[in-house]
Parts: sequence; structure tokens; C-alpha cells
Amino acid sequence: MAFITGAARGQGRSHAVRLAEEGADIIAADLCDQVESVRYPLATAEDLDETARHVVALGRRVVAVQADVRDYAGLAKALDEAVAELGRLDIVSANAGILSHGTADTLTEASWQDMIDINLTGVWHTAKAAVPHLIVGGRGGSIVLTSSGVVMKGTPNFAHYVSAKHGIVGLTRTLALELAPHWIRVNALHPGNVDTAMLRNPETLRLFRPDLSDPTVEDVKAAFQATNAMPIPWVDSVDISNALLFLASDEARYITGVSLPVDAGYALI
Amino acid sequence: MAGRVHGKVAFITGAARGQGRSHAVRLAEEGADIIAVDIAEDIATVRRFYPGATEADLAETVKEVEALGRRIVAAKADVRDYEALKNALDDGVAQLGHVDIVSANAAIWIFGDLAHEVAEQDWQDLIDVNLTGVWHTAKAAIPHLIAQGSGGSIIITSSTAGLRGSPHAVQYVTSKHAVIGLMRTLAMELAAHSIRVNTVNPTGVDTIMIQNEATWRLFLPEVEHPTREQAAEVFKPTNALPVPWVEPRDVSNAVLFLASDEARYITGTTLLVDAGYTLK
Repeated sequence: MAFITGAARGQGRSHAVRLAEEGADIIAADLCDQVESVRYPLATAEDLDETARHVVALGRRVVAVQADVRDYAGLAKALDEAVAELGRLDIVSANAGILSHGTADTLTEASWQDMIDINLTGVWHTAKAAVPHLIVGGRGGSIVLTSSGVVMKGTPNFAHYVSAKHGIVGLTRTLALELAPHWIRVNALHPGNVDTAMLRNPETLRLFRPDLSDPTVEDVKAAFQATNAMPIPWVDSVDISNALLFLASDEARYITGVSLPVDAGYALI
Repeated sequence: MAGRVHGKVAFITGAARGQGRSHAVRLAEEGADIIAVDIAEDIATVRRFYPGATEADLAETVKEVEALGRRIVAAKADVRDYEALKNALDDGVAQLGHVDIVSANAAIWIFGDLAHEVAEQDWQDLIDVNLTGVWHTAKAAIPHLIAQGSGGSIIITSSTAGLRGSPHAVQYVTSKHAVIGLMRTLAMELAAHSIRVNTVNPTGVDTIMIQNEATWRLFLPEVEHPTREQAAEVFKPTNALPVPWVEPRDVSNAVLFLASDEARYITGTTLLVDAGYTLK
């Protein structure tokens, strides 16, 4: 049984589908609403329905809920009800995240706050809501927090994002120590650039081709590829899902507290 | 269902027993053929701690792989001897057609002295096997991987000792740190060929390398004849998860993941299989 935040599309949907393919039932949560400081369209209720349809098509059960990771009480209530319905909880993917940009001296208060509230506090909320279920279950568990390749380097224009994603590493290591006696493992994933709507939008594309007013995905490929050691511009969501699946499985039963990059060598160069 | 590394060929050093044999078996279970090498004899400076693998051990690895219906080419070769190692690999590739996965696993464990008291030969043997032997392994394999043009995955066995210091084990700690530098450089040099290079970093693994009285005494200096059970008690608190050590198969599962196409964009990383050892 896997609880996934940000599950309406992108990496979250891919995680839901990949885990369902391997036999897991899914609790899929997503905000399904816009955040004002984010300048690309966020997922919708229709997107979340589509995720649910994919899981059901694989013959697995799914509980899909609209929930905001910033609202701990709402998130915990949604998870509690879903666990009551599906019976148990084993895997947690704290995946929900947003992207906005601006140099550190020009970021608005709202951009900073939304970012920290969703990409860091939201991750803590996700773990906080899930841990009691995992402990009570008494079968251990695997929590996977989605950090980012930027943690290995830092990057201009994303002070708030980079800060939040670094914070997740500290959270991972602390949770891993606190939960090890319960056989609950906690690890961080560090994706490089991933081919999702977070990347494929005019705002993000323009950052990589400031010389063009309306760059296409083709226009930015070379600039993205230059950030990776391997000769590809970005990785696919399924690559992150495969790493999540490994960390969630019993094959990784003694792996805890680690940072696993899935970044085509982004951190190397 | 096809295995996760079906149709690939894996070159494994130190394959006669322990983690190396486990890697051979696990990869064979998932459809790989194996090129297995091992020195299969004692190294004088190691003998005072534990016995080396034997030709009978290597034959047992062959038997276990063949029992899974996979092919294996096994050879007695010393990773310190580049020509011998290269010949063994070239022969394996000639017989099996290609090589896709490289597990640089062969290593020794010499310990007990403070850094300024380590004997020259103890230092040299360990660095020659654990570091230069890994470079030799990669050096022999890389031309095949590049010529094939189909990418590849090189997995170097480092250790928690590659990330943390440890008294009375300076040569081992130094070698396991050094292979991380080697891995990162190889990962950059080979990325353009879609050849990935990573390390696995285990905590203590339940093999003869740590399951010997000399090693147990390092952790229980006041006990004349320490036992495995006593060792487990002192090993356990060094890990965050409540286990004294991990099994070879746990490391093999990590090697399998990194070797498989599921990890096609994972390169340059140090994958800990350490039960939270480095957290503490």
C-alpha cells in the first residue's frame, strides 16, 4: 500500500502506475489547484482522475483525494480515511513539489513562502501523517522523499527551491535515525531534470534560452544536455519511479538514510 | 518473464566466494552470463587474518551459475596482474560474445595497526589489490564496452570505509576512498558512451572477511577468543537499523539494480547498503 503526494500527473502519476504494476494499491493525493506564485498550470482534478484510472486499469485499488500538503490536518484526515479503507500502509512517496524562480534578492515573500511551505513543510507533513500508521502496522516501511539533483550543486535563480530540497536531506537523515528501530527506512531521491510539466512550460524553457522570447522544447535541449554528463537532456518520470520502486522493495531492506541521484551525471559536472 | 539483466554478460572479480559469488548468482538468476575471476589462493599478508579463496570455491561458483541455466567462464587471475586479468576477460568475451556489466569486487582486509605503524608490505598489498586492481578491472573492460557501442554499467565495491575514517584500518579506508575518486572520474570520462559507473558502499557484510577471530578481536580487544555472537553485539550498535551486518545478497540486489536498465540514468553515485551506518 503506497501513499503518494502530487500524484495527479508527472512523476507522482508515474510512481503510482509503476508501483501498481508491481502489485501495490495506491493512495493518491494532489492539490488539484493553482498556487498563485507558480507561473505554470498545476494539476487538475481531471489529472488526478486519470491517475486513478491508470491504477484501476492495472487491477489495483486506488483512493484518490484532493489534499493540500500545506494543511496538515486535512492531509492527515485524508490519509487516515484512506488507510481505514485500504487496510494498511507500507510505502510513502513525498513527491508533491512546485517550481518558481527569481534571484535570491528579487524573490517575492510569497514565492519563498509557498516554496518552503509545499516543498519542505509539505514533505514533513506527509511523513508526519504517515509515520503513526507505519509504526502501528509493525511491519516496517519505506519512506521516499523527493529531493533534487540541485542539492549536489546549487543553482542560480532557485534559492528557495534549492533551500527546500537541501532541507529534505536533513529531514531524511533525521527521520531515518528516528525510525530505524521500527524497521522504517527513509531515503531521498535526487532527480536531475525530468521531462514533466514542471520543465515543459514557457517560464522554465525561457530560463534556459533567455535569448529567445518563446523557446520550444527543441530549442532548450542542448542547454539542458550541457548540464548532464550523459548525452541526454533530461530523464523520464519512469526512471525516477524505478529508483523509488527499488527503495520501496525488500531488495533495499538495509538501505536507509541515503541520497540516490537519478540525474544522468548532473552532479558530476 | 525475462530477467532484469537478460542477455547481458557480467565480469566479476573476486567471484570465488562471498559477495562476488553472490553477485554472480544473483545476476545469473536475472538472466546474465558470467565471466568470473578470482586469485583463488592465499596472499601472505592476509593469511594471518583469514584464508584466501580456493579453486574449489571458484568451482562452486561455476556450479551454482550453471545450475541456473546460465553460461559462465571462470579463470584464476590476480587483479594485480593486468595482463593476466585482461587475458581472462578477453577470453571470456571471446566465448560469451560481449561484456555489459563489470563488478570490481575483489578486495582484501588487512588491519590492526595505527597508520604510522603499518608495515610497507601490508600497505602495498592492500592498495595493489583494492585500488590498483579495481583500476585494472576497469581498464581491461572499458575498451570492450566502448567498442560494443551499447553502453554498460561498471559497479565498483567501495565501503562505508570509503566515506568514513576508521582507526586501525588506514590502508583499507584509503583504498575505499580512492575508488570513489576513480569512480567519479570514470563516470565523467565514459558518460558520452552511455557507460555508467557507480560504487556500492556496504556496511559489514556477513562473509569470511569479517567473520574471523582476528576481525572480531579488533572490536573486542579485551576478549581472547571472541565469538560471532559477541561480535554481533558490538557490530549492531554501529548500524541504525537493528542488524549487526547485512547479507551478501543485499549488496547483490543493489549491484543488480545498478546493472539493470532500470538505472539507465544513474551514474557517478555512491549507493549505500549500510543499514544506516553512516548516519550515526
